Amino acid sequence: MTRKHLISELRASLFQAAWFVVLLFPFLVMKVNVSSGKASVIFRWSALPVVAVSAFVLSFAWRAALRWNERRGDKVKVRTPLSKVGELVRSALARKPIRRTAILALLAVVAVYPFALGMYHTNIMITALIYVILALGLNIVVGLGGLLNLGYAAFFAVGAYTYGLLWKYAGPSFVAAGIDTGWLFWIALPTAGVITTIFGILLSLPVLRLRGDYLAIITLAFGEIVRMVLQNSSSVTGGATGISLIPRPWFFGIRLPPRQAATYIYYIVVVLVILTVFVVRRIEDSRVGRALEAMREDEIACESMGVDLARNKLVTFALGAFWAGIAGVVLAAQTTYINPDSFTLWESIMVLMAVVIGGTGSIPGAIGGALLLKLLPEYFRPLAQYRMLIYGIAMIVIIIFKPDGLFPRNRKHYTFVGKTPSDPAPGVEK
Amino acid sequence: MTATEPILEIKNLSMVFGGLRAIDDVSLHINPGEICALIGPNGAGKTTIFNCITGVYAPTEGSVAIRRGDRPIEEIQGLKPYAVNRKGLARTFQNIRLFGNMTVLENVMIGRHNALKAGIFKAIIRDKATREEEQRVLDDSHEILKKMNLDAFVNESARNLPYGAQRRLEIARALATDPFLLLLDEPVAGMNPHETKELEETINLIRDQEKVTILLIEHDMSLVMNVSERIYVLDYGRLIAEGTPERIKGDPEVIRAYLGE
Repeated sequence: MTRKHLISELRASLFQAAWFVVLLFPFLVMKVNVSSGKASVIFRWSALPVVAVSAFVLSFAWRAALRWNERRGDKVKVRTPLSKVGELVRSALARKPIRRTAILALLAVVAVYPFALGMYHTNIMITALIYVILALGLNIVVGLGGLLNLGYAAFFAVGAYTYGLLWKYAGPSFVAAGIDTGWLFWIALPTAGVITTIFGILLSLPVLRLRGDYLAIITLAFGEIVRMVLQNSSSVTGGATGISLIPRPWFFGIRLPPRQAATYIYYIVVVLVILTVFVVRRIEDSRVGRALEAMREDEIACESMGVDLARNKLVTFALGAFWAGIAGVVLAAQTTYINPDSFTLWESIMVLMAVVIGGTGSIPGAIGGALLLKLLPEYFRPLAQYRMLIYGIAMIVIIIFKPDGLFPRNRKHYTFVGKTPSDPAPGVEK
Repeated sequence: MTATEPILEIKNLSMVFGGLRAIDDVSLHINPGEICALIGPNGAGKTTIFNCITGVYAPTEGSVAIRRGDRPIEEIQGLKPYAVNRKGLARTFQNIRLFGNMTVLENVMIGRHNALKAGIFKAIIRDKATREEEQRVLDDSHEILKKMNLDAFVNESARNLPYGAQRRLEIARALATDPFLLLLDEPVAGMNPHETKELEETINLIRDQEKVTILLIEHDMSLVMNVSERIYVLDYGRLIAEGTPERIKGDPEVIRAYLGE
């Protein structure tokens, strides 16, 4: 950096610091003191240099970081120690025996987790894994289809309420007939899948022609409508009080005590996550996935090549909704109590954030993002009051410095293997 | 040309945008197996006609009809682009619209979309039929790329291709949809004379070997005069002349439209 450059940078930071001082003056320096019916303003001048200096330092550091980021953009790849580790891991995982061992090790850790760490941690993990399913589902819509959905929690709610209502209305007759209520969970799972898929299709019909901001607004409205309906039709759904005492799934006709039930649900969620990953990967790597990819690249060209966009979008929404419905049933079973407050806009945003932070379109990204967003707050409870602040800063930093997310998408490309034209040995490889 | 019935018939086509009549009562037809050109000054409405044919716009008035083989005549105006494509009309774009982040092979594979059947369930199960189908699409796509002399780039990202190759890839992608009529929107725009010559050969090849009829929009008069058998001239949305290249060259109306009074 030249001297001239440095001076101009310092001057800019100085301006920003001054601006912050003016902006924050009424909040940090002035304080209205109301005592004995008389209001007086106290000036806390000691806060002033603190604001000024920290604003100056932060501004300078931020601008330096932005500049570094810009310069980095020129080169194809900057090798930081972290990227080196990433490369090492990736090249190691590319080898089959190592990959297989790694997957087995991971499965072993996942399998002993509830026994090693106990019920408290298992329950936290269940919640996190429910979010993993949600993030994977939303990833189909946002990542593969490129359609922004801000009302995703609505499908989550529909899934949870499918189980809740099934319990509320069919439960008594089950008890009367002497059938285990534990079976309800297994009935609710496919039922919720079907019902949320139908909801997904219903929502996709009006938004087929919309893109970008319009799509975001309509889906946002849809999410709120579903929540409002659940909240206000109290005669059917129990309104704001919700539905309680929802049964946990029984283990082959045996009612489990809470601790074992948590372990059982944990394994169910793990299986569902694996199933989700499997299905999403298969879809991504198929004719449908290719068409979605093309749709995201260029809608007009894609449609001119004979791809029915409307149908594609419909399938995308339906698939995304399906997984949210499944996750909803598991949530209802885990918490045994649901009310509309669990399905606010904030929930939709959290899932979207998990997808974006992890890496839009990337399966490891959706998993990693959801785990980070759900596990970190649980284990950093003391920082709970700064949660929003940290989320906000994390989002800004990631979008600027790592726009592809923490675990960026590494899309499998269809490639043609076979060196000479006379020897066509075609195939798919990574 | 043999005196068979036209495969594309446009009758009294008009397209109105607000107060602007972009196309005004245009009627034209394309005979099977010919290379036909649509020319005219900028803003004459050439691309608008393409958009009306391929379903990007629904024309305000008039009809677009196709006749494929022995099948009866079929009106296609107002159909969605994907439906028009399924009827056997494929197009390229004036400003290249490739799927830039996908490989050359994948671009062509998208063109094969409708030749395949696997839906969402087949994709999840991935049974034998689906795997074979996927293998077939790889082979077919590679075959098409070879024909278009693009197999050297097969695994390259489309955006990294040289300009001329991108234009050729657009044609390859369109051909992959198995069309009987190919609509090329300024296929040599921005190309150097050498590349233009190459593409001229390609166009002839497509017609002769693939038996695909071609309608092209082009400003490059040398290409138009060399390849096309018939030319339509459009000016201010109206058809002002039609005929062989020789006739068009000498047509006073055309000269006036291009050069002014």
